[in-house]
Amino acid sequence: MTWEPVIGLEIHAQLATKSKIFSGAATAYGAAPNTQACLVDLGYPGVLPVLNAEAVRLAVKFGLAVAAKVAHRSVFARKNYFYPDLPKGYQISQYELPVVAGGTLEITLEDGTRKVVRITRAHLEEDAGKSLHESFHGLSGIDLNRAGTPLLEIVSEPDLRSAKEAAAYMRAMHQLVSEYLGICDGNLQEGSFRCDANVSVRRAGTDKLGTRAEIKNLNSFRFLERAILFEIDRQVELLEDGGKVVQETRLYDPDKDETRSMRSKEEANDYRYFPDPDLLPLEISAEFIESVRGTLPELPAQKAARFASQYGLPAADVGLLTQGVAAADWFEQAVAAAGGDAKSVANWVTGNVFALLNRDGKAIGESPVTPDGLGALLRRIADGTISGKIAKDVFEAMWAGEGGADEIIAKKGLRQITDTGAIEAAIDAVIAANPGQVAEYRGGKDKLLGFFVGQVMKATGGKANPGQLNELLKKKLAG
Amino acid sequence: MERQTLAGLARDLRSRAVSSRELTTAALERIARLDPALNAFITVTPEQALAAADAADARLARGEGGLLTGVPFAHKDIFCTRGVLTTCASKMLANFVAPYDAAVVERLAAAGLVTVGKTNMDEFAMGSSNETSFYGAVKNPWDVARSPGGSSGGSAAAVASGMVPAATGTDTGGSIRQPAALAGITGVKPTYGRVSRYGMIAFASSLDQAGVLTLTAEDAALLLEAMAGFDPRDSTSADVPVPRYTESLGGSLRGKTIGVPPEFFDAGLDAECGARVREALAVFESLGAKIVEVSLPHLALSVPTYYIVAPAEASSNLARFDGVRFGHRSTAAGSLEEMYKRSRQEGFGAEVRRRIMTGTYVLSAGYYDAYYLKAQQARQLIAEDFRKAFATVDLIAGPTSPTAAFRLGEKTADPVQMYLNDIYTIGVNLAGLPGASVPCGFAAGLPVGLQLIGPAFGEAALLNFAHQYQQATDWHTRTPPPPPVVGAASAAPPRQDTGARP
Repeated sequence: MTWEPVIGLEIHAQLATKSKIFSGAATAYGAAPNTQACLVDLGYPGVLPVLNAEAVRLAVKFGLAVAAKVAHRSVFARKNYFYPDLPKGYQISQYELPVVAGGTLEITLEDGTRKVVRITRAHLEEDAGKSLHESFHGLSGIDLNRAGTPLLEIVSEPDLRSAKEAAAYMRAMHQLVSEYLGICDGNLQEGSFRCDANVSVRRAGTDKLGTRAEIKNLNSFRFLERAILFEIDRQVELLEDGGKVVQETRLYDPDKDETRSMRSKEEANDYRYFPDPDLLPLEISAEFIESVRGTLPELPAQKAARFASQYGLPAADVGLLTQGVAAADWFEQAVAAAGGDAKSVANWVTGNVFALLNRDGKAIGESPVTPDGLGALLRRIADGTISGKIAKDVFEAMWAGEGGADEIIAKKGLRQITDTGAIEAAIDAVIAANPGQVAEYRGGKDKLLGFFVGQVMKATGGKANPGQLNELLKKKLAG
Repeated sequence: MERQTLAGLARDLRSRAVSSRELTTAALERIARLDPALNAFITVTPEQALAAADAADARLARGEGGLLTGVPFAHKDIFCTRGVLTTCASKMLANFVAPYDAAVVERLAAAGLVTVGKTNMDEFAMGSSNETSFYGAVKNPWDVARSPGGSSGGSAAAVASGMVPAATGTDTGGSIRQPAALAGITGVKPTYGRVSRYGMIAFASSLDQAGVLTLTAEDAALLLEAMAGFDPRDSTSADVPVPRYTESLGGSLRGKTIGVPPEFFDAGLDAECGARVREALAVFESLGAKIVEVSLPHLALSVPTYYIVAPAEASSNLARFDGVRFGHRSTAAGSLEEMYKRSRQEGFGAEVRRRIMTGTYVLSAGYYDAYYLKAQQARQLIAEDFRKAFATVDLIAGPTSPTAAFRLGEKTADPVQMYLNDIYTIGVNLAGLPGASVPCGFAAGLPVGLQLIGPAFGEAALLNFAHQYQQATDWHTRTPPPPPVVGAASAAPPRQDTGARP
């Protein structure tokens, strides 16, 4: 019996505004506790919320980027519950009428295929504060710096079918809001981008959704993937043993790599949502929406289409190169510097560049080799100065900060030997030193050609032009 | 017992016939003398008041003062006042010193008024008799055995007894108009959104509106000019220009139309009160106004509608009083949940708890549609009734309250009886309209209020009608008998504000 996982994500993206969504307090991260909480954030008697127009602009920008319907009229509602880090005893959110409805996001799966994930809605809301349970000797501390920080909660349809797809969606959304749109700083460690996952399983081939569990507050792509994998296994095991999945909220424990029940449906709050009487309905004019549309950058799907047509790249390369704006820009600059051959640039970027970035834990913007540097290196391959193999060594030297391609080639004497005489001399020496192998080769053991190439390359320090070498060697060996 | 109008005192100050220090000292002395019997004040701030009076005198001496500079004044204790205890008449906030000034407090201070203290009220403005105050009931200056109405009862008693010429109030369901009626003074609740709610402790956000209790419509006009206007800190405040209300007071009523809804003259209306109101309508006729009947068919829904909408909003608005950041925190709690429960149980009085529970219930899953949503629909119908009526009339008039002042304790056992007190005033809040109450005579020796209702942002016309009526009558000049002076030994004077936590 096979099971199909059904997954939907609720992503909380902190909007990159300077001040909070309903107050003038700063949103900067890392300030001393409660130094960035004004009377509005503290929920003092008599204070009132005033909506930050920038938060609305960023939400509209998101809505347009995912081709959603931006509501001309949306309503803020109060979500009522008691918690010490929720100063007013309610969170101002949007409930029945969100600012963004519908929309889609295209993701690239590992095999390069693309999948469209539907977005249900996105709404504006305020974040709560933080309870600190350590270092207060049995008491709890409350830091309200984060209270009132603007969030865009982006809810997907249950379109995701595996932990990997969910992670790909979370990554794509992360890149969209942080790199493409710049509406969120995308900092996962600081909680600027976090995710709740709704996970259920059903028998393959059936349509009815199973009972779901909601895994709260996942703040890394890896944790999301691990948590969902665990949760799928847990639910499948439960169902195969004849049990039932209960609707509940669960927490993922990265240390134990498992999810644990937090509260059941019965224990869930009745949030008593109702329209916030302190805020008028949010009205957004068609003119405003159009003015925001004018600020949209090239979006991931548009960029992908262009990369495929303009550079003739295969889907897998396009997927890797358009995940982020920075990488895409880097690639395009390198293509320009290399003077063409986009496919070979793509190979270098998705191969060597990404590998070393990964190894060193660097972002593309921190790459020690610039796109122009890579372009210069590739030009030296194209003009026959060095071979592709030598180029890899040059690249590593460039990465290590030893200089530019030409400088390294000169300093290390890596210029390719194209002088026929010099190559012939090296071949002659190798033939003379290996009479046995020469006899075998001439006796029909063609495979030994590789051995001779290796020997000559070794003798020339790898600098012999591979094409010339092959040609001359074959001629010489043929006698 | 001498009472002087705000306009008169302001004139005397500007002509330097009297100093602000003299007036403020007199007000403080009067409070010290009368308040033990009336309990109109929760906090008196003599030091700040005298300092402000001296500053006002200095400005007046330099010829710099504004229209209201130096006039003593009081704020309902629902407005946050920086550095001064702001209790909302609740044990929950008995230790709360506000760190900022409400918009109304700021604006009136900027206009030059000298605040002498904070007046008593129903706890969190929830009540119609001032008996729900943690600081004890306010007594009606006309008969200290009776209620001055609520929730702005302290302001009403303070003005009626001449402690201060005027005071702020707030009106969520009649809390300015009904105490004005029961205390024989003038009360004006402006259009919803006319005056900023910033710094006014919320009861029911969609209904709350700040206004004034004064001796005359002219005084109300002077104050509203200073108080009203857009405030970017209150998203529900209206960006509508504020007219010079004082300039239109003198307009003739000839040819104007007053609509009288039969729904206001129901079986619950005391016969004598009804008679006084009809007499007042005859006065308007004599001034050239035409009286016609208008119907407000859904008005009967206003009390049940209000007692869903207001508690619903209150249940959420009062959630912030959780004992965590300010206000009362129970010392007996062993867990977080217990801290919430005990702090709120101990900090809120019975009426506040009743409304929080009602509001929580009507918003709960499974009940929301039947109660809250239905009430919103009813509210639309009530507002629509008024809109239709104002298509044909300039003003709507009727009684403010079904009866004159009732005895303290008379209605406390039956919340519904208490709620029905506001039957004529609540619809105005649900529709967001401006309303006023002016004295129109006496029933069995107690003042009767005439309610005047205007269309949205029609304060100028409303005040014009009220002022013209007061030019033709003298009910607003009738003063209550001096209350029995209670010796300092037998009743505690209001606490002086030292800024220290009790």
